[in-house]
Amino acid sequence: MDQKHLEDGILQLTLKAETEIPLDVITALRHAYSIETGAAKIQLEAMLANVDRAKKKRCPMCQDTGILTFFVNVGTDFRSTGILKQVIEQAVARATLEIPLRPNTVDPMTSKNHGDNLGSYLPHILWDFEPGDAVHIMIVPKGSGSENMSALGMLSPSVGLEGVKAFVVDVVKKAGGRPCPPIVVGVGVGGSADLAMNLGKRALLRPVGTRHPEQSIASLEEDLLERINKTGIGPMGLGGKVTALDVHVEVAYRHPASLPVGVVIQCWADRRASMIIHQDGSWEVI
Amino acid sequence: MEYHESLPLSAEIRKKLQVNDVLYVTGTIFTARDSAHLRMRGMKPTDFPFDPSMMGLYHCGPLMKKEDGQWIAVSAGPTTSSRMEDVEDILLDRYGFHLIIGKGGMGERTSKALKKTVSVYAAFPGGAGVLAAEKITKVSEVYWLEELGMPEAVWVLEVKEFGPLVITMDAFGESLYRQS
Repeated sequence: MDQKHLEDGILQLTLKAETEIPLDVITALRHAYSIETGAAKIQLEAMLANVDRAKKKRCPMCQDTGILTFFVNVGTDFRSTGILKQVIEQAVARATLEIPLRPNTVDPMTSKNHGDNLGSYLPHILWDFEPGDAVHIMIVPKGSGSENMSALGMLSPSVGLEGVKAFVVDVVKKAGGRPCPPIVVGVGVGGSADLAMNLGKRALLRPVGTRHPEQSIASLEEDLLERINKTGIGPMGLGGKVTALDVHVEVAYRHPASLPVGVVIQCWADRRASMIIHQDGSWEVI
Repeated sequence: MEYHESLPLSAEIRKKLQVNDVLYVTGTIFTARDSAHLRMRGMKPTDFPFDPSMMGLYHCGPLMKKEDGQWIAVSAGPTTSSRMEDVEDILLDRYGFHLIIGKGGMGERTSKALKKTVSVYAAFPGGAGVLAAEKITKVSEVYWLEELGMPEAVWVLEVKEFGPLVITMDAFGESLYRQS
């Protein structure tokens, strides 16, 4: 398999994610623009104009090109699994220079930035398997403004779902205008501390405006969205009707004595893109 | 009200600006984030490489590229200002700049310092990095690039009609971020 050709694919995937936000997000931003007024409307107008400029110029829409997370689903019959990690890493280093991306990976011990967006455990690659002979990759670049507002609650099961809702709304309230609202909120309920956070991030992969297939979870999403928008934080924290574009919840079974809640906050620039790599090495950015 | 002003903002203008006013500025601004703020706190203004008093301070870690030996801003929206809250009042007092541009707002310490120094805090729409970069006409200088890296370095930028900035913390102690 031609490694360089695969790198080109990951590079195009990264470029698309950094310069074009998905249509579902744009639609939600346009709706927010149509119902807001005053300072909030000015923010949304600038966001939408920025989305257009970024796409036209093929420039990253936000200077914080983020930490890159790759969700990689490898087909069990795909024959070149062994090179994927190296391909992704090489592509990230190239993307940093060629797109360019802001060098965002810093050694926590020395605070040194080596300038290539690589480093221990980064880019973050989450591996999974799927049937078939293809590989599906989704990239989520996520900036620190929103990531810094994410939170984990190890709640007491006695607080129930009402306690879960109160915790999520409280995290959003404390964040205020800092994570660049209107935000998208990913919530993971159950599992362990790390699993809840992981599910919160996975919840962000679902398009804005879609509901969880399970009715009780869908209702929880709708209720949370309504409560969050009632806070009045509004676009960039300047007050308004739309604080969140959507809330997505994913659940895992929990220990009887644990109720972990992972809240992962994504900024309005809810960047993600997908690609497929075929058995013969050809690829498409979707 | 909407204002189009040159930097530095005169005291007269700073006393006119109120929360919710919209401002566009033309002139020189400099970027400083977490690391630069800590450095500036640890030094005398005379040891700082330039005089920032005639400039606006921009909370920003830009994405830059170098073409033909010249730095160009690719994407340069604001960073979250609240991270600088513990230092900003000291810097306002010591370095004499009167305009802070950022996003997400700052706290009571900064609000008091803005009032004391008759300064304002203005928000640029977060994430609108390309729009911001298009208002930067020249990257004049960069300091501490090697030691701090691209996002944390201090960049001196010439800007034209930089905005829309919304005045969210004014020189009278008003703040749109104060939660009731």
